[in-house]
Amino acid sequence: MSETQIFEYKSGLDPEQLDADDPLHGELMRLNIGPQHPATHGVLRLKVTLDGETLESCEPVVGYLHRGKEKSCESLGWRKFFPHTDRLDYVQPFLNNVAYALALEKLAGIQVPQRAQEIRVLLMELSRISAHLIYLGTTAIDLGAITMFFFTFTEREKIYTLLDAYSGHRMNNTYVRMGGLYADLESDLVAEIRVWVDSFPEKLDEFDSMLTANRIWHDRNAGVGALTKEEALAWSLTGPNLRASGVEWDLRKDMPYSGYEDYDFDVPVGTTGDSFDRYLVRMEEMRQSVRLCRQALDRLEKSTGSDWLLDDRRYVLPPRGRTHESMEELIFQFKVVTDMSLPKGEAYHAVESSKGELGFFVASDGTSDPLRCHIRAPGLMNVQAIPLLAKGRLLSDLMAIIGGLDFVMGEVDR
Amino acid sequence: MNPLLALLIKASAIYGGLLGTAALMTLAERKISAWMQYRVGPGGILQPLADGVKFIFKEELVPDGANRWIFRLAPLMAAMPAMMTVAVIPFAGDVSLFGVDFGPLSITDLDIGVLYVLAIGGLGVYGIILGGWASNSKYSLLGGLRASAQMVSYELSMILTILAVIAVTGALDLRAIVAAQDSLFGWNIWTQPLAFVLFVIATFAETNRHPFDFAECEPELVGGFHTEYSSMKFALFFLGEYCAMIVMACLTVTLFLGGPAVPFIPDAPWFLGLAAFAVKAGFFLFLFIWVRWTLPRFRFDQLMGLGWKVFLPLALANLLVTGAMVSLF
Repeated sequence: MSETQIFEYKSGLDPEQLDADDPLHGELMRLNIGPQHPATHGVLRLKVTLDGETLESCEPVVGYLHRGKEKSCESLGWRKFFPHTDRLDYVQPFLNNVAYALALEKLAGIQVPQRAQEIRVLLMELSRISAHLIYLGTTAIDLGAITMFFFTFTEREKIYTLLDAYSGHRMNNTYVRMGGLYADLESDLVAEIRVWVDSFPEKLDEFDSMLTANRIWHDRNAGVGALTKEEALAWSLTGPNLRASGVEWDLRKDMPYSGYEDYDFDVPVGTTGDSFDRYLVRMEEMRQSVRLCRQALDRLEKSTGSDWLLDDRRYVLPPRGRTHESMEELIFQFKVVTDMSLPKGEAYHAVESSKGELGFFVASDGTSDPLRCHIRAPGLMNVQAIPLLAKGRLLSDLMAIIGGLDFVMGEVDR
Repeated sequence: MNPLLALLIKASAIYGGLLGTAALMTLAERKISAWMQYRVGPGGILQPLADGVKFIFKEELVPDGANRWIFRLAPLMAAMPAMMTVAVIPFAGDVSLFGVDFGPLSITDLDIGVLYVLAIGGLGVYGIILGGWASNSKYSLLGGLRASAQMVSYELSMILTILAVIAVTGALDLRAIVAAQDSLFGWNIWTQPLAFVLFVIATFAETNRHPFDFAECEPELVGGFHTEYSSMKFALFFLGEYCAMIVMACLTVTLFLGGPAVPFIPDAPWFLGLAAFAVKAGFFLFLFIWVRWTLPRFRFDQLMGLGWKVFLPLALANLLVTGAMVSLF
């Protein structure tokens, strides 16, 4: 596995490949799919060359959603970049927040309190479920099962209602801070989340019964977009796509963070690496996330009342009321807001997001202006695999491949 | 009564019923899908009317480089055949209303009604192919090509299933086929169960309905053959599709479920027969909607595989067995 294979695909046409005598091999058709197209999950553009309906080549063009996020971090400063991380992979804001916060905390050398870690784990797993539900719904709608989309979005809506109750925002929550969170998770909300977590496996079984044994769904996905272990590693795929190919690699297990090493969960692994295995892996991951949520909820019930924010005035704002009473706290608040600097150095921290390894590389020169922030977006690697997977397949398979790889353009283009 | 006047009245009633049902079907489709998806859906019986008015006032677009004549002709070619085939469907027996005798409730009873339905019904796909070709759009072209590939792979087995029915009843006239299944257990569904299943699946392909709607296939081809169509031309394609669904449901009822025959009531009055026909056809119309909002879509080469490797051998074997049984007994 250490050998690196180099794959190449041709964007142009090689006339010699075509058999001139074969009447069925005529002129190839170039088709431009996207950036506005029902199945491109945002603004992905695919330059496709078709022989009949067979894909001769497929070239993704990214960058239509480029907003200069990495550069924004350099000009905004460390704290103000948090809301921007929400908008990377906008179906899982909490995971992005935490990934960024963990990188900053690693650079600063601070450790968040136990309860903050528990809340983070709970919300990360809820985000993972909601992101996987979007995968399921959009892939199903791409393959024609429109009702499935509404079923998954109904469940996702319930997650968003819970997140709304916690943070006041349905989507871009921005509730993670360096050293902890913006607010504690109230115990009645913990109970509400538990009600939903208990109800979800039943729904998951319903989704399962609608799709897994469905012959059409199986035929559309099985064997489509198959990647071997070596290919998946060579294309630096991570997350469910890598695990579907049979590589047991989950950052939560292999490079634990936020206390994941103390939780009991399994990592589902596929065998064939095709779209159907990717689907099965994600379905099982949702079940495992439910397990994780339950454990986190148990711990949260026990740890009620303990610290959920680090008491470190270098990086953490003082509680709101205190600034009116204490001169020092007012100064600290002023310093953190205007001039928070991280120690000189660099750090990289990655989390297992719903799409794969989501990593933030942050470099600081010791001043309050960030030197560099690079985002390792798993979606970009997933997009890179499209040409390899699409070659020689039918146009209809392209939708199963795009859906199965699961990426969000906000993260790919950044 | 003047037979010409009676015919005129019957024809208006049947076409009014067809178009009215087609309009109601668009409402039913949206409402039933809403129920299935925890949504509210459109409210009110006037929704189809509002849709129609909207379509009329939309801007008509003909893309650059399109073949204007064929582009304009194609929606008509798609909508016409479905409306023409309804002429031979026997909806009920002899109708007498207010003491006036109108004769049997069908526009005409052709001796070769089945052949007429197949011949005219097969033309419907030309509208899709030509519409897709004339649009000068790659997505439309692919949709048109898919429609033509689809047509050759299912229509053969569909005709073979009908042949089995003809072998059992010994008639090409749809009214004679209905007459041959007068009692509940004389319905062709009992003697030809395999042909019934194959035919029903083939009707989904014939009408370009989900899970065989490759010709439009929104996630891949945006809208397929009707990508470039707007306004009433677009509406005509849809009218054609819904009329085709209704005709196919009627044909299924006529061929396999005894048409207007009412179970356990021999010699039922015509209005009971018509009601029985409506209930039976209504079930198949519901089936069209039910399947559309439940199943994922096939890949179009999978339909070809299904058509050639599964349906055709099954239909041939069915015809062979039927032929042997008919000649032996």
